[in-house]
Amino acid sequence: MRSFTRPASVVVGVALTVTLVSCAPGTGQGNAPEPQSTEISTDISGVDDMTLTVWDQEVRGAQNEQIEQLNAAFEERYPNITIERNSQAFDDLNTTLRLALTDNDAPDVVQANNARNTMGAFVAADQLRPLDDYADAYGWFDRYPASILQYSTYSDDATVFGEGELYGLPQTGEIVGVFYSKSKLEELGLEVPSDWAAFDEALATAKSAGEIPLQLGNIEQWPAAHVFGPLQGNTVDVADVTRLGLGNAGASWTTPENEQAAAALQGWATDGYFNDGANGTDYDAAWQALAAGNGVFLLGGSWLAADLADAMGDDLGFFLPETDAGTLATTGGTGVPFTITSAAENTDVAAAYIDFLTSDAAMEILAETGNLPVNRTAELAPDSGVLADVYTAFDAVTQGGSLLPYLDYATPTFGETIGSALQDLLEGRTTPKQFTEALEADYAEFIDSNG
Amino acid sequence: MADVATAGRGAATRRGRGAARHPGRLGRAWIPYAYLAPALLLYGLFLLVPLVRAGQFSFFEWDGLGASAFVGFDNYLAVVQDERLRDAFGHALVLVFFYAVLPLAIGLVLAALLTRAKVRGIGFFRTIIFLPQVIAMVVVAVTWRQIYAPDGPLNGLLRLLGLDALTTAWLGDYTWTLPAVGLIGTWVSTGLVTVLLIAGMTRVPGELYEAVRLDGAGPVREFFAITLPAIRGEITVALTLTIVAALKTFDLVYVTTGGGPGTSTTVPSYEVYRRAFELGQVGEAAAIGIVLTILVFGITAVVNRIGDRS
Repeated sequence: MRSFTRPASVVVGVALTVTLVSCAPGTGQGNAPEPQSTEISTDISGVDDMTLTVWDQEVRGAQNEQIEQLNAAFEERYPNITIERNSQAFDDLNTTLRLALTDNDAPDVVQANNARNTMGAFVAADQLRPLDDYADAYGWFDRYPASILQYSTYSDDATVFGEGELYGLPQTGEIVGVFYSKSKLEELGLEVPSDWAAFDEALATAKSAGEIPLQLGNIEQWPAAHVFGPLQGNTVDVADVTRLGLGNAGASWTTPENEQAAAALQGWATDGYFNDGANGTDYDAAWQALAAGNGVFLLGGSWLAADLADAMGDDLGFFLPETDAGTLATTGGTGVPFTITSAAENTDVAAAYIDFLTSDAAMEILAETGNLPVNRTAELAPDSGVLADVYTAFDAVTQGGSLLPYLDYATPTFGETIGSALQDLLEGRTTPKQFTEALEADYAEFIDSNG
Repeated sequence: MADVATAGRGAATRRGRGAARHPGRLGRAWIPYAYLAPALLLYGLFLLVPLVRAGQFSFFEWDGLGASAFVGFDNYLAVVQDERLRDAFGHALVLVFFYAVLPLAIGLVLAALLTRAKVRGIGFFRTIIFLPQVIAMVVVAVTWRQIYAPDGPLNGLLRLLGLDALTTAWLGDYTWTLPAVGLIGTWVSTGLVTVLLIAGMTRVPGELYEAVRLDGAGPVREFFAITLPAIRGEITVALTLTIVAALKTFDLVYVTTGGGPGTSTTVPSYEVYRRAFELGQVGEAAAIGIVLTILVFGITAVVNRIGDRS
């Protein structure tokens, strides 16, 4: 052992010196943005036979079904294009994209999460192609509400989120609201609460009847953000939430309104409205508990609707309480947007593919396969069932209300910051004031460093 | 290469041991290295090169995508100054207790019992005790996550025993989550430690025990006078392996708690992953990795120094 140590350290030392003076990381690799041809075309039928490489995260049942149907339809319409699909779960795609995009053999179309540490980082590094020209050519700005497109819009250097050029299009919508058991509500003699004050009363009634008013599984740290988000929408001005959520300058976490929202959440915890040990309960275990008849309400995203409906059938409902001001405002957003990489072999083909995936006809396929289409939501809504509720709520919020950004979009570290801060708040280890101060620290530091 | 082949065959046909020890008059000092070369090449390619690259990255500020900037020792300063990171290293040291110290204590008792008692079916018990070692850590973590769930078997057992007051959300409790995660490590490590110690104890010559018994020593005295000094080497190996495992814990924390609740179970390896792949702070992640490597080397060097002293 000992005799080996010296030569080894010499080898390491020499190698270290050699590499330190040689190339720095991030140089001489990756693809410098190729000069884009100014001529774009929306007709790709004359393109030579080629393969379009797509990396997506549409792996769950309904997601996978819609993308397979749409891919097949695309290849049928354009026999000259073959789609090579690489699909990975959301978390896996998020961690591998960073490496994949800098590779010489980068994919053409990728689903890049809206957040600053994903899409924002790629935009700043010139790894994604801005799409405004194609948006004009295809009419995407008319197809989508502006409140949706802002989530895939960045300034050129990615310091501003929500303004600038468009970088991607989502297929589906997401909205956070309240799932509930109709039979439980009936037993308790309650109506569906119309606003947050009525919701508070309903929670108190459920508690005194010995029910678990609210199911929450927060071991993953982010689920509580989907409880806090709607509460924040009730007390804080929409423009401020948007600035805070997108990490843009001009707002503050340390306001009485934000504290009020935090106090409301903490109040629910101290009143014992949540299941015991919510911080140590799995996210999946919580909605499964609701499905099994333990609990009355659960605040969660529309993505839970299909699985919950499988278990609860017609007993399941979904609603969104109005704010005190009589408006609708809740956390929500879009599915992960499809973007074109700077390395894309033929951007016309890539743009045609994205247009195809988000066309009016595609929205019908999305609805048929049980997804929540981002456009034409109201007219494609099913007649009954929880999906009808979800479609209606999404349409109401995107057309007449405000869809608030996921708060973890704000800064690269914000997901972790708000996750642990919420666990601390629920546990009563911090006051609402300290909670807002912890978030302000992260937000302010980012705004400062972002210039 | 032809030379090596003929020399080798010549030695083999000559059969004699002495012949093999003198491979010829020419001092072919490089031959051992030729044998080592394939392994050394792989080792260098997959361990030394990445290690050196990580060392290099640690001096840069780099997001993994664009250009990088040389920042000298700034990343290392950040490692020392960041409270969250200091906590993470502190948690790793707590895990050393659960991964190494506790299993050693349990392992010594178990091994002593199993070797002394001359139980029938010792192979069966050894297999049972060793079993946690061969299960993939992710599987272990998923299983224990369910055991620790608020409605899981552990709380179920406590309620059955009428100990309702002790039930808690084991992975959501600021006091108990780190020990709870640590105990999974104890469960995994104990098997390895015990099997190593059994191997050591069965090697101790029986005459020594006879002698000490003639001198009138009981089982406890016997253990401290004969067994413990005799298996010093095994203890060193066991401690080295388990301490390294404790310090580089990643999968267990990643699957069970993700560092929560709050930041009460973050560990250095998890911080490396988080920074490199989620936050795009590759330089800082590399610096943490290097510091962790040095720490592992340091602690195991101390353990081996103490273990070798005889």
